[in-house]
Amino acid sequence: MDFTRRDTLALGMGAVALTVLPFRANAAADDAIAAFTGGAAMADAGVTLTAPEIAENGNTVPISVEAEGAVSIMVLAAGNPTPGVGTFTFGEMAGAHSASTRIRLAGTQDVIAIAKMADGSFAKASSNVKVTIGGCGG
Amino acid sequence: MAEGVKPRVKAPSKAAAGEAVVLKTLISHQMESGQRKNADGTPIPRSIINRFTCEFNGKSVIDIQMEPAISTNPYFEFEAVIPEAGDLKFTWYDDDGSVYEDVKSVAIG
Repeated sequence: MDFTRRDTLALGMGAVALTVLPFRANAAADDAIAAFTGGAAMADAGVTLTAPEIAENGNTVPISVEAEGAVSIMVLAAGNPTPGVGTFTFGEMAGAHSASTRIRLAGTQDVIAIAKMADGSFAKASSNVKVTIGGCGG
Repeated sequence: MAEGVKPRVKAPSKAAAGEAVVLKTLISHQMESGQRKNADGTPIPRSIINRFTCEFNGKSVIDIQMEPAISTNPYFEFEAVIPEAGDLKFTWYDDDGSVYEDVKSVAIG
């Protein structure tokens, strides 16, 4: 079988995608979660994290979080060199407890949102984002 | 102080009493993460905005703790309840101690 120029290019791209793929939740992310929740159990429902399935540019990935009745929401990117992204604390004049922003992702990874509810319970949501070009430089 | 920092806020000038309004904020800032290296291979020191707050007549709407993973030119969109006429005050806190502010007045009607 002869490889055309097009086949060769496609193969090359596939190989690159494979090597870039798996980042996984690291110890620093677990520490950050423990510091925020104090080790409390987290419910799976109650917080909504909206993130794209595929992000072409890891420098600006639009995300939004929403949790009805939340006091604060912490967002983590487990595969970044430093997992913290930001903590949104809602005040008494907040409307819907939601916020949107744009974040940097170093590579394909899970983005995690943990909401602290008014009654002291916690809820967690995560979303896998595939990143084509990482956004941390270096 | 970082150069060329300019806050932009989109807020309605009028709202019905008790209405939740959407606020959009953007501030031009390079948000240097501390991860990048310059041509010599030495790391460029971190220089970001680390906190953003919004208040309505002195009462907190949102308080955001920011890490280096927030993108260049930080953008935030959130909602605030407007029970009466007043001022929305937006404040950004830079790593270098600079504070950037913007105020938008909201009328009832």
